[in-house]
Amino acid sequence: MREILSRLRAAGGGLRSAISRDESNGDQLATDGGTTVTTAGDDTLRKSLPVEWELVESAPFWLPPVLLAGFFVYGAIAWNFLLSLTDYNGLGGATYANFDFSMYARMLNDGAFWHAAQNTVVLLVVFTVLCLALGLLVAILIDQNIRFENSFRTIYLLPMSLSFVVTATMWAWVYNARSGVFNQLIRLFNLEGLLVGLLRPAGVNAEVIQWLSWNTTALAAVIFALIWQFSGYAMVVFLAGLRAIPQAHYEAARVDGATTVRMYMRVIIPQLRASAVSASVVLMVFALKAFDFIYALRGSQPGANMDILATMMYRVAFDSLQWAYGSAIAIVLFVLALLVIGPYLYSEYRRGEL
Amino acid sequence: MSTGTRDYVEELRDMDNSRIGLYAVLLFGIVFYLFPVETAVMTMFKTQGEFARTLPFAPPSGDGFTLSALATAWNTLRPGLLNSLLMAIPATIMSALLGSLTAYGLTTISWRGQVGVVVLIIAGIFIPYQAVLVPLAQFWYQILPGLLNGFVNTVFGFVTGGNWTYPSRNGYVQLMQLSITHAAYGIPICTLLFRSYYQAISDEMIEAARLDGASAFSIYRNIILPLSLPMFAVTLIYQFTQVYNDLLFALVLVNEPAAQVATQRLAALTGGVVQSFNTTMAGAIVAAFPTLLVYIVFGEQFAKGVAGEN
Repeated sequence: MREILSRLRAAGGGLRSAISRDESNGDQLATDGGTTVTTAGDDTLRKSLPVEWELVESAPFWLPPVLLAGFFVYGAIAWNFLLSLTDYNGLGGATYANFDFSMYARMLNDGAFWHAAQNTVVLLVVFTVLCLALGLLVAILIDQNIRFENSFRTIYLLPMSLSFVVTATMWAWVYNARSGVFNQLIRLFNLEGLLVGLLRPAGVNAEVIQWLSWNTTALAAVIFALIWQFSGYAMVVFLAGLRAIPQAHYEAARVDGATTVRMYMRVIIPQLRASAVSASVVLMVFALKAFDFIYALRGSQPGANMDILATMMYRVAFDSLQWAYGSAIAIVLFVLALLVIGPYLYSEYRRGEL
Repeated sequence: MSTGTRDYVEELRDMDNSRIGLYAVLLFGIVFYLFPVETAVMTMFKTQGEFARTLPFAPPSGDGFTLSALATAWNTLRPGLLNSLLMAIPATIMSALLGSLTAYGLTTISWRGQVGVVVLIIAGIFIPYQAVLVPLAQFWYQILPGLLNGFVNTVFGFVTGGNWTYPSRNGYVQLMQLSITHAAYGIPICTLLFRSYYQAISDEMIEAARLDGASAFSIYRNIILPLSLPMFAVTLIYQFTQVYNDLLFALVLVNEPAAQVATQRLAALTGGVVQSFNTTMAGAIVAAFPTLLVYIVFGEQFAKGVAGEN
C-alpha cells in the first residue's frame, strides 16, 4: 500500500495532469518535471473555479459513456416520441410533418391494442406475484442449513442463464399437443378427458389440450414458463435478504415459542420488504420485455390470446411498416415501464439509497 | 459446513421427518427446474419416429438413437454461433469498461447534482427496448449512412469520386452495428453493478492518495482498477449472457442471412413449418451451449450479477 501511495505521490503533478509512466520498470515521470506546486496551491485553484472542481475532474470518466448511453436511450426515446406524432409508414425515410396525436387516437379504437394491453397487464401482475411467492418459498427452504446448498441454488437459477429463444424452443416441445411432456403425463394418468372438458373453449372440437392456442390456456402457459425461468432470480434476491436478518431475530421468536410458520409470517417475511420491492421491479420489467419468448414461440403473430404490447409493436412497425403507429405503441409501453420504476427510484432517492 | 463422515452419520441419525420432507421438496425443485432441459437433451438424440412414440424425458432406445438431428442443428447454427461471439465479446468488454469508468466518475469523486445523472442511468436499465427500436433502425439504416456518405464523398471526394456508399448490407458492418448498440445499452447495468461495488470501497485510501496529489486518472489506474477485478468478472459474465441471449436487437439490425446470430437462427429453426422436435431441441442445446458453459463454470459470479450485489 505504501508503495502505491509513494508512486502516486511521485506521479501526481500539481496540475493533476494524466501521468505518463514507464510500465516496464515502474519509473515515474511527473509530466511537469520536479513539481513544486503543493496541494495548498491546488485548493486555491479549486476555489477560484466557477464550477465545482470535482465535476470537472470526474467528467472525463462519466461524460463520454453517459453521452453514448444517453444518445441511444433518451435520444432514441425522444426521437421515437417525435415519430409517433407523424404519419410515417411504408418504405423510405421519415417525413417530419403533420405532427398530431392521431396515432394515439387510433389505438383507442383498435381492438387488437386493447387485447394486447390487457394481456400485458395480466402477464405483468400474475407473473410477478407468483414469481415472488415461489421465489420466497424456495429461498426459505434453501435457508434451512441444508447440505449441497450451492448445488441446489445453481440448479434453480440455471433457467435464467438461458436465452428466451432457447427456453421458448424447449417449452414449445413441453406444451406440444400430440407428444409433449404435459399431455403425455396427463394421458398416462387418464386425466385427458376431464381436463379437455374443463379447459376446452366453446366451439372447439379438439380431443387433446392445445396449450398454446386455446384462449383458456395460452397466456397461462406463457406465464407458467416465465415463472419457471425467473423464480430463481426472486430466490437469489430473497436469499440475500434472509441472510441479512440477524440470527437473534430467529432465536427470539423461538424463545417466545412461535412455530416455524408463525415465526416466518410474523417476524421474518415482514423484514423482506425491500427485497420484495426490488425483485418485483426487475420482474415486472422482464414481463414487459417478454417479446423474445413469445416471438420465438409463435412468431410475430401469436394470436389475440398471447399478444402483448411488445409483440404488437414489433408486428405493426417491422412487419406492416406502420412506423408511426408502432412508435406510439412503444411510447405506451415506455409509460407503463415508467409507472413501475418511477415510484421505485423516487423512494430509493428519498431513502438516500442512490 | 463440515463434510466429515462423523458429522454426516450424526446428521443422518438426527434427520427427522420434517428434514426428510424438506429434502424431498428440494429434489422436486430440481425436477421442476430441469425437466424442460432434460427432455430437450433426450429428444435431440431420438429419431423422428422415436420421439413421437416415447415419453419425452425417457432416454432413446437402441435403434431410436441418432446423432443426425444434432448434426443438422449444428450445421444450421454454427455460422450463427460464430457471429454471436464476434458480436457479443467486444460489446461485453466495451460495456464493462465504460460502466466501470462511469461508476468511478459518479461514485468515488462526488459532486453536487451527481444523483440526477445516476437516476437517469439507472432508469436506462429498465426501459423497454421497443421504445427505441424504430429510431435505432432509422439511425443505422438511414441517418448514419446518409451522414457518412456525405462526409466521405465531400472530404475524400478526390479518392472516391463521390461514389462511396456506406456498406449497409455488409454482414460484418451489421454485426458491428449490433455490437455497438449492445455496448451502449449495456452501460447502465454495468455502471450500476460497479457503482454498488465502489461505494463499498473505503474512502480513506482514496483520500490519502488525493491528499498526496494523485490525479483522478492515476487513482483509477492504480487503486480502483486493481480492486475492481472481481467485479469485472461478475459484470463480464452477466453482460455476456445478456448480449448473447438477445433476439430483439438482432431481428431489427441484422438482415443479411450470413450475419444472423445464433438466437436468430434458432428462432428460424423453431418457426419452421415442419416440427421436427429432435432438430429444434438439438438447436436449443447448441445455441445455449456457450451461456451454459459460462454459467456452469462461473455460476457464482452470475448469481452476484443478477442480484446486483457485490
